Amino acid sequence: MRNFRPTRLLWGLSPVLAVLLSGCQGGILDPKGQVAADEKSLIITATLLMLLVVIPVIVMTFLFAWKYRASNKDAIYTPKWSHSNKIEAVVWIIPIIIVACLAVVTWNTTHKLDPYRPLDSDKKPINVQVVAMNWKWLFIYPDLHIASVNQLAFPKNVPVNFRITSDAAMNSFFIPQLGGQIYAMAGMETKLHLIANEAGTYKGMSSNYSGAGFSGMKFNAIATETPEQFDAWVQKVRAAGKPLNADAYLALAKPSENNAVAYYAMPEPRLFDAVLHKYMAGRQSLAATDDELKLAALTKRLCETPAVKEQ
Amino acid sequence: MLLGKLTLDAIPYKEPIIVAALSGAGLLGLVVLALITKFGKWGYLWKEWLTSVDHKKIGVMYIVVAMIMLLRGFADALMMRTQLALATDGHLGVFPPEHYDQIFTAHGVIMIIFMAMPFMTGLMNIVVPLQIGARDVAFPFLNSLSFWLLVSAVILVNLSLGVGNFARTGWVAYPPLSELGFSPDVGVDYYTWALQISGIGTTLTAINFLVTIIKMRAPGMKLMQMPIFTWTCTWANVLIVASFPILTGALAMLSLDRYLDFHFFTAEAGGNAMMYLNLFWAWGHPEVYILVLPAFGIFSEVISTFSGKRLFGHTSMIIASGVISVLGFMVWLHHFFTMGSGADVNAFFGIATMVISVPTGVKLFNWLFTMYRGRIRFTPPVLWTLGFMVTFSIGGMTGVLMAVPGADFVLHNSLFLIAHFHNTIIGGAVFGYLAGFSYWFPKAFGFKLNEKLGKAAFWFWQSGFFFAFIPLYILGFLGMTRRLNHTNNPAWDPWLYLACVGAVLIACGIACQLLQLYVSVRDRKQNMDVTGDPWNGHTLEWSTSSPPPFYNFAVVPHVHDIDAFTDMKEKGVAYKVPQHYAPIHMPSNTATGVYIGGFTTLLGFALIWHIWWLAIVGLVGIIGAMLARAYDNNLDYYVQPDEIESIERAHFEQMGIDVDNYSERDAEKPRRGSRPTTTA
Repeated sequence: MRNFRPTRLLWGLSPVLAVLLSGCQGGILDPKGQVAADEKSLIITATLLMLLVVIPVIVMTFLFAWKYRASNKDAIYTPKWSHSNKIEAVVWIIPIIIVACLAVVTWNTTHKLDPYRPLDSDKKPINVQVVAMNWKWLFIYPDLHIASVNQLAFPKNVPVNFRITSDAAMNSFFIPQLGGQIYAMAGMETKLHLIANEAGTYKGMSSNYSGAGFSGMKFNAIATETPEQFDAWVQKVRAAGKPLNADAYLALAKPSENNAVAYYAMPEPRLFDAVLHKYMAGRQSLAATDDELKLAALTKRLCETPAVKEQ
Repeated sequence: MLLGKLTLDAIPYKEPIIVAALSGAGLLGLVVLALITKFGKWGYLWKEWLTSVDHKKIGVMYIVVAMIMLLRGFADALMMRTQLALATDGHLGVFPPEHYDQIFTAHGVIMIIFMAMPFMTGLMNIVVPLQIGARDVAFPFLNSLSFWLLVSAVILVNLSLGVGNFARTGWVAYPPLSELGFSPDVGVDYYTWALQISGIGTTLTAINFLVTIIKMRAPGMKLMQMPIFTWTCTWANVLIVASFPILTGALAMLSLDRYLDFHFFTAEAGGNAMMYLNLFWAWGHPEVYILVLPAFGIFSEVISTFSGKRLFGHTSMIIASGVISVLGFMVWLHHFFTMGSGADVNAFFGIATMVISVPTGVKLFNWLFTMYRGRIRFTPPVLWTLGFMVTFSIGGMTGVLMAVPGADFVLHNSLFLIAHFHNTIIGGAVFGYLAGFSYWFPKAFGFKLNEKLGKAAFWFWQSGFFFAFIPLYILGFLGMTRRLNHTNNPAWDPWLYLACVGAVLIACGIACQLLQLYVSVRDRKQNMDVTGDPWNGHTLEWSTSSPPPFYNFAVVPHVHDIDAFTDMKEKGVAYKVPQHYAPIHMPSNTATGVYIGGFTTLLGFALIWHIWWLAIVGLVGIIGAMLARAYDNNLDYYVQPDEIESIERAHFEQMGIDVDNYSERDAEKPRRGSRPTTTA
């Protein structure tokens, strides 16, 4: 054992470590945006805090089991000893202190990382309306008058504001490298705010099981290096896109699996709201303004062939 | 019309895998039936077991059901791991979603409702009345009925394999996916009716045991002197009584949606699926504590017995269990932080959740300080307990991590979550039940289990657990979500293969356990427990013979201490021969439970397939059987002193106590491990 050197052991382990670390690429420990980076550091902080208790417990388990094994007659044996105010105090108070620290961290980060909180940035955010369908994602850019299926793009360092709903079962909108997820539910709108601080193509998916085609419900989120590249993408979509009117939407809403990327131009302006409203049929009589009447008409149209009833 | 929605197409005779599985199971069933017939055991089975109201026999039957369902649920697990190890890099594997989605749904439902719950209920049935010095439960017939309702639900779940299909919704059956619009077939109906029927059984069991524990403790046993396993079961039963009605209500509303076009949870017409999620988890979260609290009790019993020490902090343990129960009811929202609640709500539920780790941590320390200055014997139950303490610490930590909403946003619905709850349910509940199984096995059957195979089973399970689930933690970090049918990410592949290896290791563990049962039965003569106290136990169940007489205690013990039996042994009254015996009031066996279970199965099947006339037959049958029971006067009888005398004499003689020439000194003799003498 004279030749044993800890560094040698480390060198021996380094390929293993390299494999393990490279394995982290593409996951939530390889964040590419501020939100995801905050969430990663939160995971690490919380884990370290808890290890303060967990490691002693595991060590003590082995230690006590070994020391007080029946064959070790040298160890002290006190069969009736079963109470100690000091120990009781310590075992209640230490977990309480750690949980108290964790509670403070939790309260602060939950507010900071609230998916509904718009991100602080001097750049004007990009708005995207997301519709989860059986079994694909529709992304509508209301301000840019384009839409796409299973592909999402935005420039880096620009916040993206998502409004999310579903025209099918419940799904969850998730781009692991950019930050947390939020459910997509029919008749309901949820919000999510993300940002990419590095250019790249990131995997996105539904993380809430929604039926047979669920495994293929994937998309790519492209964070472009420059705003110009993003504009080029917008132009490409606009040029290639078919108009996304009510008929095109209804055709798209039919259940289909493993959809290829598709581009649409000139989406019906009230499409997202109509998708939301179609699950609240009967309330349209409240429509008063011209805009509301148009929305009601479109909603009614979408209800004519309810996609959800077809399998 | 006569058969409702049922047609020949419902039988999946075109699917080779299902046909093979069914014919295998069918063949095995036929062999069992043939063996029973061959040995002429039908009468014995019917009289001594199926119609029995004896809590010990009902407990054994619960565990038999749990083990059969463990095999089925584990077969599902093996299929899932195989599928995911094969379906990588664009391959589609062996199971298409239409089949695979049923497998993962069935796996979850079976493991929670039809494996863990019956296992826990079985152990509670065998042990709790014995621990409190009672002769049976408060309502013995109700106990039998609960069991047969479970069997009825189990039959329905297994029928779905061959008639129609099971749900393809995940075990949580979230609407609107579980509504008619997305799941028009009978799968979800199998799910709802099976859960409803077993849920009624579970609720009745909980009421039964709460009354038993409150009203039927041996004289002298104060509440705070109750053994810790009985205490943790008490808390679990409180949780059952409080939470199962919520599940019943939620599923009833889902059924109304599906059968009568209500819109509680539909997306349209004012329904709201978020309400179902809240209700489901208002039951679902207490449910995990229902599973794990009795396991905590088992670990406490095991560690104190095999350390040869009194449990450290008995009162503290009771309070900690109570705090866990109460808090366990207030944290359900942490299952859906990602549904869009505000930051205040999320933070509240997150912090409430992590507060639970305080009493849980206290429990871990109390087990440690029970070992401290003890004399630990490393029997299989102790190995399960030590394995639990290490494994569960990790599972608890990942659970608290997921209770932080900011972390949960990226971990939710990922394989990290799957790893976490298997970490707590296997490493917590299942390890506990397996510890309890080998700990109380000699009590139930009169002989010990083979230790070598028990230890081998533990090491396979423990190593298999880490191989199967540590990769899932890593896959969660790599962004892999749950319930995927196939994947296309090379970085995930090695971990998926490793997880499959883990499942195979656990399969070896289960094989060891089956082998252990066979070897132990074969060699039972060498491992007889003649004293009734094979481990030098602390509590009353060890004071009676193994297996106990049907009346449990010839003379009801008087309790003066938490470790009632240790106290008796120390005072030298543990094996006292009574001067005389008094008649014992006992319940008569009844087949009513079997009949009601049978009619309930018919009712459930008819409702699933919309065969309305059969539903009426089932319902009328249930009511008829209840009425017949209500007018039955042959409910109980008295065991006469001479019968008790002869049973007790045999037990004393087996221990080497000469009843006729009995002196008070005989009662003090330590007889642990003594072999049957020539008088036996």
